[in-house]
Amino acid sequence: MGKPMKIRAAVKDGVTEVKILMQHEMETGLRKEADGTLVPAWFITEVKAQYQGRTVLETQFGQSVSKNPYLLFRFKGGAAGETITVSWVDNKGDTRSDEVTIAAN
Amino acid sequence: MNTSNVKKLIPLLLLATSCAATAAESEISDSDRIAQYREMISDGNPADFDEMRGEELWKTVAGPKQATLEKCDLGKGAGVVKGVYAELPRYFKDTGMVQDLESRLLTCMTTLQGIPEEEITAKPFASDKKASDISSLASYVVGQSKGIKMAVSTKHPKAKEAYEIGKRIFNYRAGPYDFACSTCHATSNVRIRMQDLPNLNVKKDAQTAYASWPAYRVSQGLTRSFQWRLNDCFRQQRFPEPKFASEATVALTMFLAVGANGGEYAGPGLKR
Repeated sequence: MGKPMKIRAAVKDGVTEVKILMQHEMETGLRKEADGTLVPAWFITEVKAQYQGRTVLETQFGQSVSKNPYLLFRFKGGAAGETITVSWVDNKGDTRSDEVTIAAN
Repeated sequence: MNTSNVKKLIPLLLLATSCAATAAESEISDSDRIAQYREMISDGNPADFDEMRGEELWKTVAGPKQATLEKCDLGKGAGVVKGVYAELPRYFKDTGMVQDLESRLLTCMTTLQGIPEEEITAKPFASDKKASDISSLASYVVGQSKGIKMAVSTKHPKAKEAYEIGKRIFNYRAGPYDFACSTCHATSNVRIRMQDLPNLNVKKDAQTAYASWPAYRVSQGLTRSFQWRLNDCFRQQRFPEPKFASEATVALTMFLAVGANGGEYAGPGLKR
């Protein structure tokens, strides 16, 4: 299982802002070791955010995304005290899922 | 020049002036854009993960003595972490030395946990391959001083002495390039490529610079400690590599920390 994410979410004027910081190496598969061996590709392929069983964000990541990616998005609706679930899948099939409670702003 | 030629010239001149204006505009906003970029990413600083790792290590038993670091005295009593970084380096009675955070952590790890010093100092900085425990511990401790004003004392004669030595090191020109720290850090409004260089003889610059270290370096994908930063300064000056947590590095830290006194500590920071 992947390392924990850091997620913050706050609702203001009916719009929820979600900030996600993921912990991942995000290897492109193009980098080489000092001895010339290729560092195998290892990156997040999919990120999904769910609110009350509804998908509010679904995105595909590739090799061009930096190490420890940061993602911010907003969606209409959301209420303080409710939870949002964020999960990712990487190209090795590893997953990570974390929850956050929406704060009032 | 006849009238028709003049008429032709006017739009051309207008075009030229508008081009000049755009060029000037982008020149001004280059450092603004960097500031903007910093603000955007400061919201999600991956140094947080290193702080979390450090906190975990602080509370985990390790070493031959199977002890945690929760009895480590960083200057405000055994186990106190809150606000200690704002008063480091300082003189410690038990060791009879002036110590910065990392050298003090080294003391705690060797005395409380019984880990041999050589084992820790062999690779004291984090790398792509392996995280560094002492570096993560430092990230955790500094994070507990966020928002606290720097107040490093030079009352003790040894602390005063360290400050004076640090000041001399800062201004000491040597090496194949005849460089000193002050070569890059004692002039205002200069930069290397896109990097603004702080003038460490100016209070405000010194405070901002000191308060932003340790920091997560985006280009390296690693959280870097203050000892690492000094080590890199010496490397760039082509000086011999300083010994980790040595008297010289602590003295230089003392000089820089005192220069930052009164400024609010804001680390761990985030760098390009």
